[in-house]
Amino acid sequence: MARRLLSGNEALAYGAWAAGLKVAAAYPGTPSTEVLETLARFPEVRAEWSTNEKVAYEVAYGAALGGVRSLVAMKHVGLNVAADPFFSSAYAGVNAGFVVIVADDPGMHSSQNEQDSRRHAKAARVPVLEPSDPAEAYLFVQRAFEISERFDLPVMVRMTTRVSHGKGVVEPGKRREVPPREYRKDMQKYVMVPANARVRHRILEEEKLPALRRFSDTLDLHRLEPGDPEKLAFVTSGVAYHYVREVFPDHAVLKLGLSWPLPERLLEEFFGTYPRVMVVEEGDPVIEEELKALGYSVEGKNRLPRYGELDPSVLRARILGSELPHPEPRKAVSRPPALCPGCPYTGVFWSLSLLKKPVMGDIGCYTLGALPPFQAMDTTIDMGASIPMAFGMEKAGRQAVAVIGDSTFFHSGVAGLIDLVYNGGHSTVIILENDTTGMTGHQGHPGTGKTLQNGGRRVDIEQLVRAIGVEHVQVVDPHDLKATKRAISEAIRHEGPSVVIARRPCVLIPEGRELYQEEPVRWIDPEACVGARCHSCLRVGCPAISVDKETGKPYIVDFLCVGCGVCEQTCPYDAIHPVD
Amino acid sequence: MMPSIPLTNVIVAGVGGQGILTAAEVLARVALEAGLEVKKSEVKGLSQRGGSVVSFVRFGPRVYSPVIEKGTAQLLVAFERAEALRWVHFLKPEDNAVVLNDLTVVPLPATLGLDTYPQDVEETLRQVAGRLLVVNAPAVANRLGNPLVANTVVLGAASTLLPFPEDLWQRVLTDLFRRKYLEVNLQAFAEGRRLAHTSS
Ligand SMILES: Cc1ncc(C[n+]2csc(CCOP(=O)(O)OP(=O)(O)O)c2C)c(N)n1
Repeated sequence: MARRLLSGNEALAYGAWAAGLKVAAAYPGTPSTEVLETLARFPEVRAEWSTNEKVAYEVAYGAALGGVRSLVAMKHVGLNVAADPFFSSAYAGVNAGFVVIVADDPGMHSSQNEQDSRRHAKAARVPVLEPSDPAEAYLFVQRAFEISERFDLPVMVRMTTRVSHGKGVVEPGKRREVPPREYRKDMQKYVMVPANARVRHRILEEEKLPALRRFSDTLDLHRLEPGDPEKLAFVTSGVAYHYVREVFPDHAVLKLGLSWPLPERLLEEFFGTYPRVMVVEEGDPVIEEELKALGYSVEGKNRLPRYGELDPSVLRARILGSELPHPEPRKAVSRPPALCPGCPYTGVFWSLSLLKKPVMGDIGCYTLGALPPFQAMDTTIDMGASIPMAFGMEKAGRQAVAVIGDSTFFHSGVAGLIDLVYNGGHSTVIILENDTTGMTGHQGHPGTGKTLQNGGRRVDIEQLVRAIGVEHVQVVDPHDLKATKRAISEAIRHEGPSVVIARRPCVLIPEGRELYQEEPVRWIDPEACVGARCHSCLRVGCPAISVDKETGKPYIVDFLCVGCGVCEQTCPYDAIHPVD
Repeated sequence: MMPSIPLTNVIVAGVGGQGILTAAEVLARVALEAGLEVKKSEVKGLSQRGGSVVSFVRFGPRVYSPVIEKGTAQLLVAFERAEALRWVHFLKPEDNAVVLNDLTVVPLPATLGLDTYPQDVEETLRQVAGRLLVVNAPAVANRLGNPLVANTVVLGAASTLLPFPEDLWQRVLTDLFRRKYLEVNLQAFAEGRRLAHTSS
């Protein structure tokens, strides 16, 4: 079989495909997105982007009940959105295998929190597999389908950023077709009214979980690597295993493949041989707390950090109190992500930074509107929060503006807007229609009509907003600075709910790139520019504009400029021109 | 086959949009084709919007951690000046090399006067690096008619410091690039190698 270099997410896709997967659904979210993007390439798999994680979960779960192996993938916070079906589907169980892939983001490389999904799994009584690298991701996801069918339960595969995005050597094999299972109507199993749910919960606690615990002990995905009994031994899971091996090559290690429920006999054996044990796990002390509940005395998060990401340096520093010799760190420069040159959002945030109303933000590229020079965002909590929070501010007597992206609007903004209209709110909502899910790498969403594989129908945001009952709806081109500012001001003054749709495609998608194909880059005439006492052009936050240290005058870096011309509109001295 | 290659840690760093992930991918594939175990780790997502980007590539007979530990990188390939500084403490104290692309990209906070862009980057690197190779990749790429191949020029220069034969690199580049861009990338790679051989 050919050796290939695959990311953990790609390996999951290959593994699931090999296990006969037929249906996959997801809402994008770093670091989980590539699972579905990879699956979309297999003709045997029906893969799609859903409007949000709850919908994705229910689509895939429905397919599993319908008799075909299915999976759903999401980032950790997506599981909060899908938590409702997640909990109850553990009672009802599955028919064909159903796998829930959840990618946690310790260290928050691109997330708003670093919650540990294993806590959700344990609370819902769903078994959790934790691969440590792509080769294991490929193997574990196949076993997840088997475990799901054997115990009639959803099974979680918990990834973390380094496992999802790290690449490693995998030898993917062939696909095994799994015949569809028969679907039988079974109301006692699938209709979770209290009378049935009580029975299902008892079966889960008294039958399935004890059997699963015994099974965990026989599972070949755990691995005991012996070592010197005098030395500290480790219980570990996921990528943390590799960090332990890196720093403690000859210590004993019990690597857990299924991190909940734990293999109790194997643990007895391990603790019998190795009296001093430390738990090293990425995220919360989930395994550690289980071990303590079983009566073992272990070290763990008392020595290791409770937040952030682990790595070999962290283990070395915290456990050995040492570090490898290295050159002294130097100060580089802060280089946060920024709105791209030509980004359609510049006009919106330029306007908002001048209007100075509280801005209830949301999650997407546009969250970067919180950074200088705009600082035009007061809150970012979770997807869809902008509209209800603006309405809440209104109730507290403060007029606020909600800003929400188009994908986010479909994900969880619509219900908030309906609530605002229904309850007689007056808030202003700005919907950023850039025709893509930008932040996560340009996936389609209902407003684009483009699906992950083919087909699909477009849902029109403007029509939807009007149908909800918003009467004051304006559509503006956010690159027209004056018009944008005027539209937002008018909307704020309007009595009753108002929506401004800022419509212009993302500069990184073909439709957006095309707009500037013929546009010359801009330059700033240093004769006309007055420099530091103006700097108006810097307020559009374009990374292509730099400042000359000597003269204090801005200039445009030609290889970054796309020629959108927004900066031109800000210059009171008419110093910015197209290069001819 | 290749003589045995010990565990090697390479950091590829730069600014989002410079082709860092592609360059690191080529390197990782070369190591894979050489029959080694390879792990590569990078962080995607937010980092792409003009922010700092880094990729760790590790190869050898056996690789555990996908991330590189401070003080262990034998090679740092930096596509931008300040980004080189960001990772100097990851270098192995002796026995290391740095390839620096001759490019400065001033980020927004420095433009707005909220931070300062570091001075004398080359000088600092010279103190730390066993060997420092500065390549003017943007100039070469412009001369070749495609500014986007600057990353392949840098990679070509870096390839001279790695234990793989030139034809293996070419094979992987041929595999990875679409036909339309292959020729110019092969040229860029060769130019990068030539630059490295002619500079001391
Ligand atoms: C519950 C949840 N799911 C997924 C994500 C990941 N995520 C962050 S922003 C975003 C998409 C934003 O798209 P859009 O609203 O169109 O804004 P854009 O990035 O295009 O500006 C996604 C999917 C998340 N943070 N939370």
